[in-house]
Amino acid sequence: MADLKDQPPAHWAGTAPQRILAPDGTAVGDPAVGLDPAGLRELLRWMLVARRLDRECIALQRQGQLTVYPGFEGQEAAQIGSATALAAADFVWPTFRELAVALVRGVDPVQYLQYHRGTWHGGPYDPRATRFGPICIPIATQIAHAAGYALGQQLDGTDAVSIAYFGDGATSEGDFHEAANLAGVWRLPMVLFCQNNGWAISVPTAKQTAGEIWRRAEGYGFPGVRVDGNDVLAVYAATRDALDRARRGDGPTLIEAMTYRIGAHSTADDAGRYRADPDVEAARAFDPIVRFRTWLLAAGHADEAFVTACEQEAEAYALEVREGVIATPVPPAEWQFDWVYADPPVTFERMRGEALA
Amino acid sequence: MTTWTLSGALNRALFDALASDARVVVFGEDVGVSGGVFRVTDGLQAEYGDRRVFDTPISEAGIVGAAVGLCFAGWRPVIELQFDAFSYPALEQIIDHVAKMRMRTRGRVDMPITIRIPSFGGIKGKEHHGESPETYYAHTAGLKVVVPSSALDGYTLLRHAIANPDPVIVLEPKAKYWAKEDGELDGDGPGIGVGRVLRHGDDVTLVAYGSMVARAGESADALAAEGIGARVVDLRSLSPLDDDLLQRCAAETGRVVVIHEAPRHVGLGAEIAARVMELAFDSLAAPVQRVTGWDTPYPPASLEDGYLPSVERIVAAARTAVAY
Repeated sequence: MADLKDQPPAHWAGTAPQRILAPDGTAVGDPAVGLDPAGLRELLRWMLVARRLDRECIALQRQGQLTVYPGFEGQEAAQIGSATALAAADFVWPTFRELAVALVRGVDPVQYLQYHRGTWHGGPYDPRATRFGPICIPIATQIAHAAGYALGQQLDGTDAVSIAYFGDGATSEGDFHEAANLAGVWRLPMVLFCQNNGWAISVPTAKQTAGEIWRRAEGYGFPGVRVDGNDVLAVYAATRDALDRARRGDGPTLIEAMTYRIGAHSTADDAGRYRADPDVEAARAFDPIVRFRTWLLAAGHADEAFVTACEQEAEAYALEVREGVIATPVPPAEWQFDWVYADPPVTFERMRGEALA
Repeated sequence: MTTWTLSGALNRALFDALASDARVVVFGEDVGVSGGVFRVTDGLQAEYGDRRVFDTPISEAGIVGAAVGLCFAGWRPVIELQFDAFSYPALEQIIDHVAKMRMRTRGRVDMPITIRIPSFGGIKGKEHHGESPETYYAHTAGLKVVVPSSALDGYTLLRHAIANPDPVIVLEPKAKYWAKEDGELDGDGPGIGVGRVLRHGDDVTLVAYGSMVARAGESADALAAEGIGARVVDLRSLSPLDDDLLQRCAAETGRVVVIHEAPRHVGLGAEIAARVMELAFDSLAAPVQRVTGWDTPYPPASLEDGYLPSVERIVAAARTAVAY
């Protein structure tokens, strides 16, 4: 009987995902993805920074500094690998679980976390400046926004690409279908990036959809790929290929990145009600950071001192963000009126006066 | 003097908007080659090409969601959702995103989206083709909702809607698409949030919008024959409401009858009655009357006439108010 530790998460069954690094950190594909050693080290640095910050956010929630926080532990490679492949002009359409992507895009995490602190909906960062859209809670709706933005780029003749992040559960929504269909019909410069982490709150992928998500692309008339979402090099390469394809005018790509949500859906969720700890422990054996670090060190692109320096940076950064979050004040009451309308109606202004009197 | 239909005037408004702003794009189901099921987009694609005027898959949520993304890219989408009841698949996009995105981005990203929806009944239509969806939209903060009642005002309101920096829902009364009106089109006429008095009278105010405005006018004729002077107010804008006009008319006539096709329960009449009470209680000589569709699903064509407010029902309500 095989050791449970060797068993990948159940939802990874079926088509073997594209992979460059095996779970034990040995190369099974070509690691020359176009990143120089410094670029490769950045992948590790970002993953370490992101994981440490994610854990800090959970602590902040437990301490009452955030309302609810949705963690992403286990999904660092899927997020850092894809985000690193983006060009500055590309536009990200996130869900509520893409803090690691936001970091790579240069979004100030203190501003980002105001969403989870309950001080601003959507996040007060500038989505145009960061090219990272507002945090999106309604499932799959942001994929249609990504399609519209891609259409806008196509009409303007730019070479910017729209990338929509979503989960396995989102593919059950009508908006996923409608947006994917638009992307196919209009050959939009767009990447549909699914992080299949095995869980939509408590419902496992097997109860979410009977087929493999990447295969849906064929029905929409564009390619789909299944990639090992815990292999940061494979994610980077698949995203880069999809972006190149979109930039060439060849249309969208659906990427299904197979990963695992190590934590609960959010700090408000008790995952013990629907899944067993041994399954989670087994999934930890496929940890994306351990895998990449093992390879990076063995390949001689980094040494232990680099890893230690990254960990120290991550620690300091997490504490810096913590201080920033705690220092964020409650917004003034008038802010709930200030941006509802660009051209506020008279009746609205009267209500503002009533509310703020 | 030119004779316009509402369909033709709206069509001209779209032509002129496309001509005046290169960022305007028009899309929806059947709006391109066919020119729209009510011909409101007729000829636009031939004139402006299939990049600025284009057909979409049957995909209401996708159409509205795409409009949101286009706004982030600096475009000004004018979209059509083909029928009232077919706008419902897009409610999530409209309520969760179109209405809120400006606030969520602290004013960094405007949503200058115009959503045209052929609406209301009175055309002996099929099921799901005669509904009054205005309350769903008017209840949502961040949206503006307008309803033209005539050809010339249709042009004015649609030009204002497209030029407005906020999202505007334009509910076009299907029953009036082919109604004619003589005059010149004016894009600078009264804006969003401004109602108008179409007929003067001092005994009672009939408040209506869309195709019910004409019916209020017929009712005023009938009431005049009885010696009752009825004032007819065309609301034009359901969100925001023209509070000042409602207050003035209520104060001057002391009696108000609200008329709409939508069911009575939580219909716009409830809001208008409440505002009239808040703004002009001391002037009221009678309770506000409501003449509305019944609290039933919109009926089959053969029962439509019994559902929609009739001249008889409006006149009876006005008499009740005057005799109170």
